[in-house]
Amino acid sequence: MSPLLAVRGLSVAFPAREGRVEALRDVSFDLAAGERLAVIGESGSGKTTLGLALAGLLPTSAIVAGIVDWPGLGRAPSAGRDIGFVFQDPGASLDPLMTVGEQVAEVAEAHLGLSRRQARAAAVDRLSEVGLPEPAELAHAWPHQLSGGQRQRVAIAAALAGEPRLLIADEPTSALDTIVQARIVALLARLSAERRLALVFISHDIALAAGLAERIAVFRHGGLVEIGPAAETVRAPRQLYTRMLLDAHLGLEADA
Amino acid sequence: MSGLRRLLGAPGGLLGVALLAAFLLAALLAPLAFPGDPQAIAGPPLLRPFADAAWPLGTDRLGRDVAAELAHGARTSLAVGLVAAAAALALGSLVGTLSGFAGGVLDEMLMRITEAFQTVPGFLLALAFVSSVGPSLAVLSAAIALAAWTGPARLARAEVLSIRARDYVAAARVAGMHPVEIALREVLPNALPPVLALASVIVAQAILAEAALSFLGLGDPNRVTWGGMIAEGRTVLRSAPFLSIVPGLALVAAVLGVHLTGEAAVEAQAARRSLA
Amino acid sequence: MSPLLAVSDLSKRFRRGDRAIAAVDAVDLTLERGETLALVGPSGSGKSTLARLVLRLVEPDRGTVHFAGVDFLALAGARLRAARAGLQMVFQDPLSAFNPRATVGSAIADPLRIHGLVGRRDRPRAVAALLERVGLPSTLAARSIHEISGGQRQRVAIARALAPRPSLIVLDEALSALDVSVRGDVLSLLSELQRDADLGYLFISHDLGVVNAFADRVAVMDAGRIVETGPAREVIRHPRSATARALKAAVPGLLPAAPEGTQP
Repeated sequence: MSPLLAVRGLSVAFPAREGRVEALRDVSFDLAAGERLAVIGESGSGKTTLGLALAGLLPTSAIVAGIVDWPGLGRAPSAGRDIGFVFQDPGASLDPLMTVGEQVAEVAEAHLGLSRRQARAAAVDRLSEVGLPEPAELAHAWPHQLSGGQRQRVAIAAALAGEPRLLIADEPTSALDTIVQARIVALLARLSAERRLALVFISHDIALAAGLAERIAVFRHGGLVEIGPAAETVRAPRQLYTRMLLDAHLGLEADA
Repeated sequence: MSGLRRLLGAPGGLLGVALLAAFLLAALLAPLAFPGDPQAIAGPPLLRPFADAAWPLGTDRLGRDVAAELAHGARTSLAVGLVAAAAALALGSLVGTLSGFAGGVLDEMLMRITEAFQTVPGFLLALAFVSSVGPSLAVLSAAIALAAWTGPARLARAEVLSIRARDYVAAARVAGMHPVEIALREVLPNALPPVLALASVIVAQAILAEAALSFLGLGDPNRVTWGGMIAEGRTVLRSAPFLSIVPGLALVAAVLGVHLTGEAAVEAQAARRSLA
Repeated sequence: MSPLLAVSDLSKRFRRGDRAIAAVDAVDLTLERGETLALVGPSGSGKSTLARLVLRLVEPDRGTVHFAGVDFLALAGARLRAARAGLQMVFQDPLSAFNPRATVGSAIADPLRIHGLVGRRDRPRAVAALLERVGLPSTLAARSIHEISGGQRQRVAIARALAPRPSLIVLDEALSALDVSVRGDVLSLLSELQRDADLGYLFISHDLGVVNAFADRVAVMDAGRIVETGPAREVIRHPRSATARALKAAVPGLLPAAPEGTQP
């Protein structure tokens, strides 16, 4: 079966004061339909650039080489329609002057060709799907009336509204506390399973990723360090850097 | 040097700088290029532009050299524009900063006063002020500043309030820094640059306001002004339209130059920050 | 001997619209010299407000704060500013915690100057010593805060907090913006500094994994109140309050992926 997404020799650089800064160097991997892939890296690893490159959201100044192919789709994807994107800060990605229902409906209307009325109904469905209570009433709320976790759920609902095949979530929980983080991660896992939605989960936290993803890709300084099944990578990492990330994890295992 | 390059590279930057440079050169070189009184009769009346090399832009109804008037008018425009903008920025920054720092009753009072000024159309205010005090360069500048200080005041207040809530101000308090030092070293240097970025807009507005007041006959009577030239050209608009058109074009060019340069400077600044 | 920090009945309400919300509600806590007390809780539980009340960045409505035996809330003006030397803070985001115009050297020299600890001529040497103490090269002093990495910046923030020779440092989520590879080093630096100077830490966090590795005691906050306190290991092993149990359950473990995620 052909993968949903095939990345071959992807390199991205940005012009800088002197010369250019390489953000990604010669990255290749596949992503199957419905697969959950975690992209792990520290600051400067290129993980955010990868997410933007997959979604076609790189700034126009970026210098791109290599191929991002969509054999599983059979055509060029469009952001919003085929790819949903969830950003780190849900406060910044929602429009403060639109009710949450309108924001979700807008995506459905633009990408699914629904009428305004149908889009509104679809928005309530999406809000319900992401586990927000009383979605019909909540659709009339403004972003500032919601908590950080609720806002991130709305952002996920909006990302789903175009019925995408791939959801890219860039550090979607790092602005949230651990309790809310665990719930959002569980939500992403459920949505991926229910919708056969491929997920690229970008994170700095390898433990969090291991609990969610089937495969883990570790990035450092713009290069792909290793990629493999999550359980295997956590149990027996092939690279020293991955070992270091695992050792740096502060969990409660010893006390469990 | 790279700052200048970025300024010229920004959209409209080159045109803006060129127009502004022409404006500044005309103003600075006016006494050298056209010595003597520009209001003196210099030749035959109503000579068309480009007709005689001695009066390249022609002469007006009384035979005054239009080119000389234009250059000296640039001086007036520039002087009023700069003085009025400086005064508006100084007054606005002072009121806004005081308001932002003091909070409470003083803040409330200063903001009500600012709003009161804002509800009166600025030009009418300037008009009333000049017609009651009498026209002179200083009064004109003051009148225009009086109409333009509210924008800087509100922005300065908003910036001060926003920066007071930043972590680094909290860090300075934790370090035991004196409130006056916090205001002068931590808050103001970061709050005022966005306010100063308003300068180009205010200078452009001031040049226009000065021209409008002069057009209405409220300009400094001892100086040539572009507004006054346009007004005078009106009487012979059918036979010699260039007498209104030439200073009108100069006015547009000067305002556009100031505005575009300011715009490009702000953009170059933003580009530098995003690269850093 | 009295504890280093004793907080009693501390309360603060904020007005939001026409409702008043109790951000901190009748909180009591103590912290001994050389001790690390972790203040944990979900976001909005009031832990950051509590820290800001203790530091007098926000004035409380009610209650007392005694620091090193002194009634901290009774101080004002110059005496308050002088007393602030003993009680320092490291912020979550090391970038926003510095004046954008500051250099590394000026940021660290400020507290030395303000509290008159080191004369003008000896300041560069004192700054260099502080930089070395937090594991940074002294040549960094001339650099702008913007030019250094996030991990280095947080070390500079620690050096700045150490400069006035405090006995208590509030660490407000001070590790959560750091890369994991840097976080471990900063944690061991903090532990080392604590041993050397008998420093107390009030460590604010929502991550029990980090707290487990670092804190002596834990106070669990929820909705402005302290719902549980105790030795860190004990609270983490046998949480009694619902909040502590939820925080514990939320710590990700290095276990293989559950095939089908379900919402807890």
